[in-house]
Amino acid sequence: MNLILVFEQMLNGVQFGVMLFLMAAGLTLVFGIMNLVNLAHGSLYMVGAYLTVAAVQWTGSYPLGVLLGLLGTLVVGMLVEVIALRTLYERDHLDQVLATFGLILFFNELIAIIWGRAALYTSLPTYLQGFIEIIPGSIYPVYRALVIGVGLVVGAVLWYVVARTRLGMLIRAGASNRTMVAALGVNIRLLYTVVFGFGAALAGLAGLMAGPIYAVQPGMGELILIQVFVVIVIGGIGSIRGALVGALIVGMVDTLGRAFLRPLLAHFISPPAAEAAGPALASMLIYLLMALVLAVRPEGLFQAKSG
Amino acid sequence: MRARTLILATCVLLLAAVPALATLAGQPFYIDLLRRVMIFAIAAASLNLILGYGGLVSFGHAAYLGVGGYAVGIFAFYGVHNGWLQWAVAIGASALVALAIGAISVRTRGIHFIMITLAFTQMLYFLGISVEEYGGDDGMRLKVKSQFSGLIDLDDPTAFYYLILVLLLGTLYLVHRLVNSRFGMVLRAAKSNEARSRAIGFSPYPYQLVAFVISGAICGLAGALLANHTAYITPGFMEWTRSGEIMFMVILGGMGTAPGPVLGAFALLIVEDLLAGWTQHWQIILGPLLVLSVLFFRRGLAGLLPGGRKGG
Amino acid sequence: MRTLVRMLAAVFAAASLAIAPLAAAQQKIKIGFITTLTGPAGIIGKHMKDSVELALDHLGNKMGGVPVEVIFGDDQFKPDVGVQVAEEMLKKQQVDIMSGIIWSNVMMAVVPVVTGAGKVMVGTNAGASPLAGKACHPQFFSTSWNNDQTPEAMGKFLQDQGVNDIYVMAPNYQAGKDMVAGFKRYYKGRIVEEVFTTMGQQDYQAEITQLRAKSPKAAFVFYPGGMGVQFVRQYFQAGLRERIPLYSVFTVDETTLPALKEAALGQYEAKFWSPDMNVPASKRFVADFRKKYGYTPAFYGAQSYDGMMLIDSAVRMNKGSLADTKAVVAAMRKANYDSIRGPFKWNVNQFPIQDFFLLRAEKGGPDGVQMKIQKKVFNDHKDSYYQDCKMAW
Repeated sequence: MNLILVFEQMLNGVQFGVMLFLMAAGLTLVFGIMNLVNLAHGSLYMVGAYLTVAAVQWTGSYPLGVLLGLLGTLVVGMLVEVIALRTLYERDHLDQVLATFGLILFFNELIAIIWGRAALYTSLPTYLQGFIEIIPGSIYPVYRALVIGVGLVVGAVLWYVVARTRLGMLIRAGASNRTMVAALGVNIRLLYTVVFGFGAALAGLAGLMAGPIYAVQPGMGELILIQVFVVIVIGGIGSIRGALVGALIVGMVDTLGRAFLRPLLAHFISPPAAEAAGPALASMLIYLLMALVLAVRPEGLFQAKSG
Repeated sequence: MRARTLILATCVLLLAAVPALATLAGQPFYIDLLRRVMIFAIAAASLNLILGYGGLVSFGHAAYLGVGGYAVGIFAFYGVHNGWLQWAVAIGASALVALAIGAISVRTRGIHFIMITLAFTQMLYFLGISVEEYGGDDGMRLKVKSQFSGLIDLDDPTAFYYLILVLLLGTLYLVHRLVNSRFGMVLRAAKSNEARSRAIGFSPYPYQLVAFVISGAICGLAGALLANHTAYITPGFMEWTRSGEIMFMVILGGMGTAPGPVLGAFALLIVEDLLAGWTQHWQIILGPLLVLSVLFFRRGLAGLLPGGRKGG
Repeated sequence: MRTLVRMLAAVFAAASLAIAPLAAAQQKIKIGFITTLTGPAGIIGKHMKDSVELALDHLGNKMGGVPVEVIFGDDQFKPDVGVQVAEEMLKKQQVDIMSGIIWSNVMMAVVPVVTGAGKVMVGTNAGASPLAGKACHPQFFSTSWNNDQTPEAMGKFLQDQGVNDIYVMAPNYQAGKDMVAGFKRYYKGRIVEEVFTTMGQQDYQAEITQLRAKSPKAAFVFYPGGMGVQFVRQYFQAGLRERIPLYSVFTVDETTLPALKEAALGQYEAKFWSPDMNVPASKRFVADFRKKYGYTPAFYGAQSYDGMMLIDSAVRMNKGSLADTKAVVAAMRKANYDSIRGPFKWNVNQFPIQDFFLLRAEKGGPDGVQMKIQKKVFNDHKDSYYQDCKMAW
C-alpha cells in the first residue's frame, strides 16, 4: 500500500469531515445553546442546495448564486424559527422530534412540487474543475480542496465569534440562563432567531457545497443527517470544537475504513470472507466508533455546557 | 373517569365489531388495514412502556420487529412451521437482543441513549442486508403462516384479526399492570427525578433494564405478527425510519398514557392511508398536521379524552 | 372535539358503509398499478405513471370497447405497504388486474397476494429471479426482464471484446450482488477488484481514489438512482473517464441523464431498449411521450407502456372482460400486440425472450445528451432461471 495513496485517502477523509462539520456546527449550536433537537436541519441543507442551483441558473454567475443561496437559506431558517419552532424551546425533546419531523415531510414535498422529484443538474464553473498537485505524484480536485479550505475558515470564524465577541458571549450566556439574560435587557427571542438563522446558513452552505458533487434531490438531507448526529454525539453537544474534531475523526474513519478495511482484513482472513465482511463492517464502522467513545467518555470528547 | 372508561370501552367494542361491519359493507379490505394498524399499536404500546413511562427514548425499537419477524421467517425457511415455537423464539430472541443492547445503552442518558440505540439498530439493519442466505434486503417470503395445531388458522383474515385484537388488549393490560405496580412506580420515579429516587435507595438501572427487555420482547411479538400479516420479511423492518414511525405514534398519541399508543397508531396510519388515496403529495399535508398536533395537543391525542390525567 | 377518538372511529365506520361496492354499477376495466410515487425514487414512478397514461391516450381510454380506469398506488418502497396497497386495490376497489412494481422485494411480497386472489399480475419492472425460476406462476407475466439479464449482456460484451483487468463496484445489497453475479456469468476475464459500497452512500472519492491507484483497463459498476448520479458525476470530476472507460448497468438512463448531462458523455450501458430504438411502436411511444410531457421516457416507462398494451390485447381477445382468469392467461400468452421492442416472444416462464444492446451516452437529441444504441449484444436472449420453472404451455 503506497504512501501517496494513503495520503490521498486522508485528504478525502478530511474533506468529507469538513462537509460533516459544516452541518454539525449548525446542529450542535442549536441543540447545545437552544436545547432544540432539530431533525429538519437536513431540510435546510437541501434548501441551501436547491436555492443555490436556482440562483446560479437565474443569475448565470456562480459566486452570485452562492451568495443568494446562502442569504435565501438564512431567511428560510429564520422564518421557520419564527413560525414553527418558537414554542418548542420549552417543550420536551420528543415533541421537538415529532414537530421537526413534520417539517421534514413538508419541505421534502414542497421541493418535490416546485422542482420535481428528479435529481437536479448541477455542475462546477470551469475555473473550479481542475486539479492541483498537493504533493508530487498526487492530484487532487480543486473543488474539494476548496471545500476543505472553506470549512476550516468557517470553523475559525465560528470559534472566534463564539469565544471572542459580544454576540458569542450573549449566546453562551443565553444557553446557561435564558431568563437571567432576558432580565438583563437582552432580547432573547431575537438572539435565538439570529442564532437559528446562522445555523441554517451553515447547513445551507454545506448543502450548496455538496450540490455539484452529490445528487440534489428531495430527501438528500436525511441521508447525511444520521452521520451528522453521530458526529455531534462523538464531539460533544454544544461544542463547536467538538463538532470539528468529531467531524474530522468520523470523516477519516469512514473514508479510510471504506478504502482500506477490506484489503487489511484480507491479510488476516481468507479473501472471500474479507469480501463479505469488509463492506458490512465498513458501513458499521462509525457506529462502532460512536459506541466506543460513549462507553469511554459519555459526554463526548469536548464538553461545552458547564451545567 | 367514568366518561373516559365509557369512551374507551366503546372503541374496543367498535374494533371488535369491525370484521362484521366490514363484511356487511362488502369491504373486507378494512379488516386487513386495521390488522396492520393494531400490530403497530402493539409495537407502540411496547415502546410507550420505556419511552412514555420510563423516559428512555429508544430509537432502535424497530430492531425487535426485525428480530421477531426473522425468527418466524428463518424457522419457516427450514420447514418448521410450529407457531408456538416460532413465536416463543421471536419473543425470547427479542428479549435477549434487548438485554444485550440495554445492558450497554441504559447506562447512558438523553441524546446519548437515543444515538446508541439508533446505532445498534443500524448495525442490525446492515447485518440483515448483507446476509444473503435469508434473502438479504430482497427479504424472504413466508409461504406458510405460523401453525397453531389447529387452534387458530392465521390464513383466515377474521380469525387473525381477533387474535391480534386480543393480543393488543393483553399488551395494554400488561403495560397497565406493570406501570401501576411497585416496579412501575420506580420506573416512573426515575423518569421524573432520578437523583431523588436514588436518594430513597432505588437504583433505577436494573428496573430500567428489565423494562427495556420486556418492551423489546413485546415488540418481538409484534414482529412475528407483522411477518405473518405481510407474509414477507425484509431488513426494512429494522430501518431507523421505522423506529421513528413507532416513536411518532407514541408521541402523537400521548406519551405515558394507556390509550396513547393505540390512538397514535390509528391516527398516523389511517390518516396516511386516507391522504395517500387522495393525492401523491400527501406528505405536504401530513407534515404540517404533525407540527400542529405537537403545538396544540400538548399531551397528545389522549389528552383530548375526558378525565385525561396521567396514568389511566 | 373532546371525543376525538369516538368521532374518528364513527366517521370511518360510516365511511366504510357509505362506500358501498360500486363494482356492479357499470362495466369497466379496472387496472391496479403499483409504483413508488414519493421519495427520491418517485422519479421512476413518474416515468411509469406518465407512460401508462400515454398508453391510455393511445387506446382512447378504452380496451376492447370497454372504458378503462387505472388506479395508481404508492408502495413507498416498502413491501408491507405494497401488500397493503395491493389488498386495498383487490378488495376495496376490486380491480380486474394488477400491474407495475419497481422493486424486487415489493414484487415478491405482492405477487402471492395477487395470484391468491385469482387475478393476473403484469410486472413492468422488477424481475426477481425466483419469479423467473422456481416461483414462476401462470398468473404472473413480465414485460421487462429478469434482473440478471442486463448485467449478463454487459459481461458478454466485455468478454467478446477481450477486455481484461476490470474493476467492479456495486452497492452492498441483494440487487448489487445479483448484478455482479450476472456479470460474472458471462465475463470470464480478469477482475482486478470487487468493491461493495454502503447503500445510499453519497461520497465515492475514497473508492475512486482506490480505483485510480489500481489502474484497471475498464470499470463495471451498478449504481441505481441518486447513487448513480453521485458516482458518475464524481468519476467525471476525477478526470478518469478518458483513461478508464466506464461500463454500467441501471446507472445512467433517462431518469438520471438530466442531472448528469455532460458528466455522462461516453458512458456505456447495456439494455434491452433505448429511446432511439428503430421499432415503429417504440418510435411512436417516444415521440408522443416527448410531445405530451416534454421529457424523454426511460425504459421503466417503455415497459409500463408495453404492460398496458399487453393487457389491452388480452381484453380484446376476451370480448371486453377480464373476469375469466384462465382465459386472460391464455390470451396473454398469445402476446398479440405491438411491443416497443419489436416482435414479442414469451419464454416458458412468461418473461420475454429479447435482444440486448450496448448503449452509449452521446451528444445530441432534444436534451443535449442521449443514449444511443451501438450494437446488439444478445439475440433472443433467455434468462438463466427458466429451466427451474416447471410451467409448460
